[in-house]
Amino acid sequence: MSIIVEQVTRRFTSGGSPAVSEVSFQAPRGAITSLLGPSGAGKSTLLRLIAGLEVPDAGRILIDGVDCTSMPVQKRGVGVVFQSYALFRHMTVRENIAFGLDVRGSPRAETDARVDEMLRLVQLEALGGRYPGQLSGGQRQRVAFARALAIRPRVLLLDEPFGALDTRVREELREWLHSLHERTGLTTLLVTHDQQEALEISQHVVVMSEGRVAQAGSPEVIYNRPTSPFVASFIGGASVVRGRVESGRVAMGSLSVDVAASAREGETVQAFVRPHDIKLAKSPGGLVNGHPPTGRVERLKPVGGYVKVLLRLPTGDEVTVEVPRSEFDTLGVAEGDAVRADVRSATVFVGDYAI
Amino acid sequence: MHPSTLVLRRRTRTLSGPAVVRWALIGAALLFLAVFLLVPLVAVFTFAFQKGWAAYVAAISDPEALAAMRLTLTAAVIAVPLNLVFGLAAAWLIARFRFPGRSLLVTLIDLPFSVSPVIAGLIFVLLFGRQGWLGPWLAERNLQVIFAVPGIVLATVFVTFPFVAREVLPVMQAQGSDEEEAALTLGASGWRTFWRVTLPKVKWGVLYGVILCNARAMGEFGAVSVVSGHVRGITTTLPLHAEILYNEYDFVGAFAVASLLTLLALVTLVVKKYVEWRSVAS
Repeated sequence: MSIIVEQVTRRFTSGGSPAVSEVSFQAPRGAITSLLGPSGAGKSTLLRLIAGLEVPDAGRILIDGVDCTSMPVQKRGVGVVFQSYALFRHMTVRENIAFGLDVRGSPRAETDARVDEMLRLVQLEALGGRYPGQLSGGQRQRVAFARALAIRPRVLLLDEPFGALDTRVREELREWLHSLHERTGLTTLLVTHDQQEALEISQHVVVMSEGRVAQAGSPEVIYNRPTSPFVASFIGGASVVRGRVESGRVAMGSLSVDVAASAREGETVQAFVRPHDIKLAKSPGGLVNGHPPTGRVERLKPVGGYVKVLLRLPTGDEVTVEVPRSEFDTLGVAEGDAVRADVRSATVFVGDYAI
Repeated sequence: MHPSTLVLRRRTRTLSGPAVVRWALIGAALLFLAVFLLVPLVAVFTFAFQKGWAAYVAAISDPEALAAMRLTLTAAVIAVPLNLVFGLAAAWLIARFRFPGRSLLVTLIDLPFSVSPVIAGLIFVLLFGRQGWLGPWLAERNLQVIFAVPGIVLATVFVTFPFVAREVLPVMQAQGSDEEEAALTLGASGWRTFWRVTLPKVKWGVLYGVILCNARAMGEFGAVSVVSGHVRGITTTLPLHAEILYNEYDFVGAFAVASLLTLLALVTLVVKKYVEWRSVAS
């Protein structure tokens, strides 16, 4: 394990709720670990604590087996990339990248060679003489990466590195970061609120909520086996439906889904249903395949390759269903139509526990 | 006419109002400027050169005038660097840290702006004067502050200390501390971060503050007048010297000295404009 965080707490106002509260997690060596959570979850504070820009009130932080809890930021050997780029605006791209080497007293020739190497790595060979103000957002962020990597850090800490960029550049850079990581193999910690980003490029995901770790694991585990209602609703845009266990199935109004045998009969539960885990069928008359219709189409929102169908159940619960465009065309439903919905799978919780 | 052009023309007219109102406003502004700025400016030079070039040169090369120039420069040379260091430190503290007494410090920085300069001078007399708190202690050691050069320097430092802090503070607050944090993570010490990152970021604000600070240091009258004692050739600065000459009906001399201060003001304006232009450009 390359970064180990043990029971770390950071409180900004005395008496107020802590920004980070008794957080423990481990980031595996050579992997990308994402700190994922809504804004205000404490993930940036946690990253700043690891970088040494904040001091914890309690707990320990180890990097490469060395206790860094009270080590000054300059000695930690961490490369940090900020959302705001934080490039030195009065220095050229070359001077920015060389800064960390200069303060270490690295000889001129060595620095020059390393800067050239970094410029090649981020594919900005031609722009070494430019000032940050003359670059696009994506180019600036790549300079920030080059500057952080030039000092050969032990770990790379990324604080919402693509947060200020538009969607297209964001996706390009996400791909670029992925291949960069494959080449460098550097232990990386990525703070993000974008679950797509976290699930796509990291090998390990730590989901945070209100200053605490909600769940940690591989992207597959986080996505398929959420252990709390928070993670279930935060990941994958699931709709929440209240229901009751009846003869081994959860009846949610007119929807129903199988549950584990351990569920007790008659218990009220919360079911989290992902938008693509519901199959719709048109209801021509009063009945569909001999069953009463399970909902009414409230609104249709075409979103590129698929259509978002907002379904209103007789109980009043709302469910979002995503239907691929081609399937939608053959389905032929319009707003106001009664439809039947079959749930392929759902995560069911009794209180806070998954069953 | 194309409809959009029509809309555009109408919009422009609504915004600028009828021509009569426009010219009346411009005229009023120009008249105001002429009466309160241009006429005095012309008057200073007219009176200064009333008796010709030779009289002017004689007035400003008079030994007492030269001594006044030296004292003015001395006060500025001490006050400006002191306030540069103080202003930078205070702005940095206020912009970067939250600490008890922070708002008090902000208020204290503005004190010289809110207190009458004459009162400021009196405070120093009450502190360091013969009957003042520290008067006996200073007298024992044969040190003279009031009615001497140290008093003039002290008064100048006091009235000019807000300028650099006030100019640098908003620049520092607007730019945040992201770059400084980046420098620290790259291994730079706090001191190095200050010289290589913070100072270059705020340099135009600093320069602007220094220019204003210098102009005030050389032009200050009230506070300096109270602590000076008007010992000719020893404790008179240029503004004080101009007043003395004027009170003695030496109009050419008074206005010749005044013309030097006016030239300083004009040079300050030009440099200030240049700094503004450069800071916007960068």
